[in-house]
Amino acid sequence: MINPVSRNILRMFILILFQVLVLNNIQVSGYINPYMYVLFILLLPFETPRWLLLISGFAIGISIDLFANTPGMHASATVFMAFLRPYVLKLFMPHDEYEPGSYPRLYYYGFTWFLKYSLVLVFLHHTFLFYVETFRMTFFFHTMLRVLLSTLFSVFLIILSQFFIFRKQK
Amino acid sequence: MRSLLRIIIIYHFQILFVILEVISISLLLNHNNFQKARFLNITQSITGRIYDKINNTTAYLSLKKTNYRLSEENTKLKNILERTYRSDEIFFFGESDSIHHQHYFYTSAMVINQTVNKQHNFLTLNKGSDVGIRPEMGVVSPNGVIGIVVGVSKQFSTVISLLNLDFRVSAKLAKNNYFGSLHWDGKDYRKVKLDEIPYHIDVNVGDTVITSGYSSIFPEGIIIGTVSNSEVKGGNFYDIEVDLSVDFKSLVYVELIGNLQRKEQIKLEELSND
Repeated sequence: MINPVSRNILRMFILILFQVLVLNNIQVSGYINPYMYVLFILLLPFETPRWLLLISGFAIGISIDLFANTPGMHASATVFMAFLRPYVLKLFMPHDEYEPGSYPRLYYYGFTWFLKYSLVLVFLHHTFLFYVETFRMTFFFHTMLRVLLSTLFSVFLIILSQFFIFRKQK
Repeated sequence: MRSLLRIIIIYHFQILFVILEVISISLLLNHNNFQKARFLNITQSITGRIYDKINNTTAYLSLKKTNYRLSEENTKLKNILERTYRSDEIFFFGESDSIHHQHYFYTSAMVINQTVNKQHNFLTLNKGSDVGIRPEMGVVSPNGVIGIVVGVSKQFSTVISLLNLDFRVSAKLAKNNYFGSLHWDGKDYRKVKLDEIPYHIDVNVGDTVITSGYSSIFPEGIIIGTVSNSEVKGGNFYDIEVDLSVDFKSLVYVELIGNLQRKEQIKLEELSND
């Protein structure tokens, strides 16, 4: 079994490629742009040092940026999301503490918990991203609609992946 | 130092967050034209307003310098005008000066000292032989004739004022070109006398008096003032009082006029007089 660090790095590359090669080409009626690569941040282990969380967020964000030719846009949004992850985790703590040896996965903490967890973080990420992208308040509601629809679609993909790919790991 | 280190360790998460965000946003602003343009738009509308306020103040403070620069530019333009304008008028004598047939040239100077309340008034200008000022150059302001350069040092020059009992200049009435001699009677700094206008011509209050151009110092047509009073005194000539168009008490910038063909003119005139 490969160790957690290389597993996460591998996952990062797969997610980047999937995002760049597949999802970036999906755009439904100008409203829905799914960004599934944030799953990488969602799935980092509980014990990840917080500074590493930010660095990883920056790393994956800037990688997406390099492909999308928008330096800084995804990086800033993902760093923002990584920054908020510990607080969101604390907010949704099921009992007193997360069980040692467990991962922030649907498998361990159930569908509802994972839905809330991913919905909040993905929404925050998308909000930041889309408003930085439009960079104005003129189309506030239009942008908000894009944020909401894209969030739903991204979360849908993320949950789906939980059922099919990221099973329990020994 | 140690407590600073401790603070950094305690807040490393937040600090790192801020650092990474700053890096991302600066990348965003530097490499994405749309966001960059928007950002500059927003910041410039703010800074623009502030700069506008500051500029209003500083512009007022630097009015003096600005005026000076404008007067410099005016003389430069006048030089060009003189060059292009006169070149068509001079047909046969054109070759007499090598600089594009230029007849007069202008340069500006600032009045740094002057009197108006004596019988023999002089002005001092802040330019001298270093920039080519020579005696017998005419001095005018945009409003009219001031005087003639009499003394020149390296940095300064003195000007005999129109308001000097020794000063005489050839002047004429603009409407019919009858010319006479203009001088100051030493009484009022706003009034001068015009003599030698023959009795038979018509002189009205308000007629413009200009330089005649016979003196080889002033070009023709520079304004001096307007007739304020005229009466026949004994003989065949008018005694005309002229209101000066220049206010000598508020002089700051003047222009000096050099006649490039003066030497030639005087030489020829002397020849004929002999």
